[in-house]
Amino acid sequence: MDSSVVTPPAQEAPPAAPSQQPQPPRKGAVEGSATWRLSDRIGLATCWALGLLFCAIAVAIVVYLLLQGIKYLKPSMLVTPASGGFSQAESGGFSDAFIGTLIVAVMGISLALPAGVGIAVWLVEYGRPAALARITESTIEAIAGIPSIVLALFGTVIFSSTALGFLSRTSEGVVFGRSFFAAAAMLSLVALPLVVASTREGLSAIPQHVREASYAVGKTKIATVRRILLPTARPQVATGAMLGLGRIIGDTAIIVVLLGATQNFAPVGSAFPLNYLRGAGTTLTNFVYEASPTGNLNQPQKAYAAAFVLLLMVLALNAAVDIVHRRARKAGTWSH
Amino acid sequence: MDEGYLPEDGPRWSDQRAERLLGALVCAVVGLLLALIVTVFVHAWPSFAHNGLAWFGSGGDVEEQLNQIYLSGLEGAGYVYTFHAWPLIWSTLLITGGAVLLAMFCSLFVSVFIVEFAPERMRDVLQPVVRFLASVPSVIYGLLGVLVIVPFIGNHLVTEPQKASVAGVISLSGYSLLAAVLILTVMIAPLMISIFSDGLRSVRPGWLEGSLALGVNRWRTTWKIAVRSARPAIVAGTVLAVARAIGEAVMLAMVSGSVAFAPNPADGLIFVYEPSRPLAPTIVKNIDSLGSAPSNATLFAIAAFLLFSAALFSLAGWVARRAMRKYGATA
Amino acid sequence: MESLTPVPPPIRRLPLVETPPAREVAPPAAKEGEAGAAQSPASGGFTAARRSIGAPQFSIRRMEIDGVSVSYADREAVKSVSMPVRQGEVLSLIGPSGCGKTTLLRSLNRLTELTRTATLTGRILLDDVDIRLIEPTLLRRRVTMVFQQPNPFPMSVFDNIAYVLREQGSRRVRRKTLEPKVHSALQRAGLFEEVKDNLDHPALRLSGGQQQRLCIARALAAEPEVLLLDEPCSALDPQSTQVIEDLIVKLRDDVAVVIVTHNLQQAYRIADHVAFMYLGELVEYASATALFGSPREPRTQEYVSGAFG
Repeated sequence: MDSSVVTPPAQEAPPAAPSQQPQPPRKGAVEGSATWRLSDRIGLATCWALGLLFCAIAVAIVVYLLLQGIKYLKPSMLVTPASGGFSQAESGGFSDAFIGTLIVAVMGISLALPAGVGIAVWLVEYGRPAALARITESTIEAIAGIPSIVLALFGTVIFSSTALGFLSRTSEGVVFGRSFFAAAAMLSLVALPLVVASTREGLSAIPQHVREASYAVGKTKIATVRRILLPTARPQVATGAMLGLGRIIGDTAIIVVLLGATQNFAPVGSAFPLNYLRGAGTTLTNFVYEASPTGNLNQPQKAYAAAFVLLLMVLALNAAVDIVHRRARKAGTWSH
Repeated sequence: MDEGYLPEDGPRWSDQRAERLLGALVCAVVGLLLALIVTVFVHAWPSFAHNGLAWFGSGGDVEEQLNQIYLSGLEGAGYVYTFHAWPLIWSTLLITGGAVLLAMFCSLFVSVFIVEFAPERMRDVLQPVVRFLASVPSVIYGLLGVLVIVPFIGNHLVTEPQKASVAGVISLSGYSLLAAVLILTVMIAPLMISIFSDGLRSVRPGWLEGSLALGVNRWRTTWKIAVRSARPAIVAGTVLAVARAIGEAVMLAMVSGSVAFAPNPADGLIFVYEPSRPLAPTIVKNIDSLGSAPSNATLFAIAAFLLFSAALFSLAGWVARRAMRKYGATA
Repeated sequence: MESLTPVPPPIRRLPLVETPPAREVAPPAAKEGEAGAAQSPASGGFTAARRSIGAPQFSIRRMEIDGVSVSYADREAVKSVSMPVRQGEVLSLIGPSGCGKTTLLRSLNRLTELTRTATLTGRILLDDVDIRLIEPTLLRRRVTMVFQQPNPFPMSVFDNIAYVLREQGSRRVRRKTLEPKVHSALQRAGLFEEVKDNLDHPALRLSGGQQQRLCIARALAAEPEVLLLDEPCSALDPQSTQVIEDLIVKLRDDVAVVIVTHNLQQAYRIADHVAFMYLGELVEYASATALFGSPREPRTQEYVSGAFG
């Protein structure tokens, strides 16, 4: 399996999203290490030790969260909202957080996906003037490198302005500026570079003769993109979207800042569903943060339970990315 | 060119319109980034203006200063901006530096292992492991840190005499540099491993074969030729990891301690057990004070510093890679 | 199957071919084989070409290829080939694409083992020791290789050559100790005059011919017993080719040279012995003048006259 990690695009050669081209298998030489010098052998031993260490760390994380999650997670927690209570058993579950995560994910990706695909299409298919194309590439990389806490602060400025006051609660002329809209908007920026990188890879992998064949029958460029290129690049677009989703649901800083500090939904107004989206709320990540000793609640058991659910969601997304990869690989590549 | 040749095309967009629309989207995103940079610096300006270069210096208790700033903002006039961020900067330097160095060491060996020396099955295990570690949310790392690592350090690693020796100043309860560096290393290593591996794989195979054919063993061939030729990728990976480490707020907020203390290497070994407060978690911890104008400016000033540092590192990385082209290190 | 042909010593030279008379000496004691008849030129343009190489001064058997077969996952690339490799002589392997000559060359320094699916049967002896009993890295220092595409490492010229020397020692070797060896390797490769002022410049900035000579210098720095060249001039222009051919001829007294080439004129110019391979089999092994002048096998005759290939 090619190396692929949830990474922002880098400056040069390394691809940000999983590389679609199958790479030739590295041939290992038969040469054994028995005749190497001692320092070389120590080096190889270090390689093994560190490799095994990382595997052990991953296993430890999964197993520990699994154990704690099974111990503390009750299915009722997913459907019971949090409530006040002194002991952890009495204070309900985190259904609001769970639904909040879903809402934020859907909203965030529905902003990031069209924007990301559009930018990628522009970069690959159009890209004029060239200076703008370079600036755009740098911009996307820069966005990928901005810490999410800074994005969150920026969001407070934007959404506290009176022009956007309708997107959150306003009281006494002061715009609160915290709502699902605000959080989702900034979260889409977190996912954007991943979608752009992955879609670009997918589009660039399509050889030129496919486009030429389409132009030769008189199709416009944009029609070619819509009808032929994007459908062909669907696996990569899906991969980008899923990687972006993974980032969105895992983000805490933006949620803590832009979603308000409540444990339950705090709808604003009465127009369903907008009233919920305009209001404050919480997500699993925020819940874990608050429930941990660092936050206000200090309910470590619930924190473990919520963390377990969150981890399952992330693992499911990873597995989905893997499946999409494998299917795309099987479907074969272009003969150039 | 509005006409499609085949009639079943549906509602047709002209290429010009599409290009203009997409171009507008691209410009909007670029504009958004510019707006972000401008906004952050504009909001940060009062804090820098009032403190001057002393903003980066030390002096006074950061907690106390933040408190004063907040309170003064509530009064509506007579804002106090005094802020000396050095303890925060120092903590960030220590934690980021420590984590990046440790991660670079680990990632080099692990990526060399994955690309060259691991048996097939080990590779099939390691690569998903690396991807998994990269996708774990930082709040989960923080949770495991605060509920497992911190108590372990506080109760089992730090001895009573050590705690007593600094009892007057600080309490060594496990929230420490050590915890922060270790967890941050695990968080940024997968990123580096992925980029290093890609760099190692794209070495010209002719070089590797040529080196083996001269009687140099596989280990040295890999290190002297492949790693050397992958130096641009190593730089790129390191720069990205630094940016990530600088901006990490949530995990560090949970693990590094809630005291804005500047760990002192002169304390000896205890130094790694001391708590600290880097820049990014400070913003998160004080986010409730955004309503107060001078607090707002101070937090934005910290954000501006973070942005500036990340940009500086990217620039340094770019310069370094250009210098490497001289020896044909980029294939 | 073709077995080892007795080696006729190349004694007589035709008037068209210039050779320095001093080299036309009776075979020295180390050489075996019986006296051969004078060779008469066959038709085909080789008589017009000049041989750059004269009779070998001496000939020491360094490697013995004995019934070697190489298969890549059930496809036989080399079928039971046997021939000697001698210091003091240039051995050229010729044949059309895919005949197995490169595979045979690569088996001489066990480079075929880099491919997992490769299997080798038969024996290859280096100074009467089976090469499979020698540690691969040690073997590859005694039998070095120059490849078709010049592949200087992404370092300075000095470091390219010093690389070979540094990686063989156990201690960090100081530059002063390395300098004479590096200079001598460059001199043997005929490159020293051209680069002596620019030793620290990146090697990749050299021209193609210079890069290939740098690769040869690098291969010589290891002080090998056998030098393998895999179509070293195929990526180069005629002038560079000429320079390298002269260099190869000069080197044959120090190392046994085995060169794979698909350029028949080149083989004629610089080889003492030629092995013609076709579809993995050794069709004919003879001295260059014999093989090009009056080949015994009909297939050789066809190939040499350009009927196929």
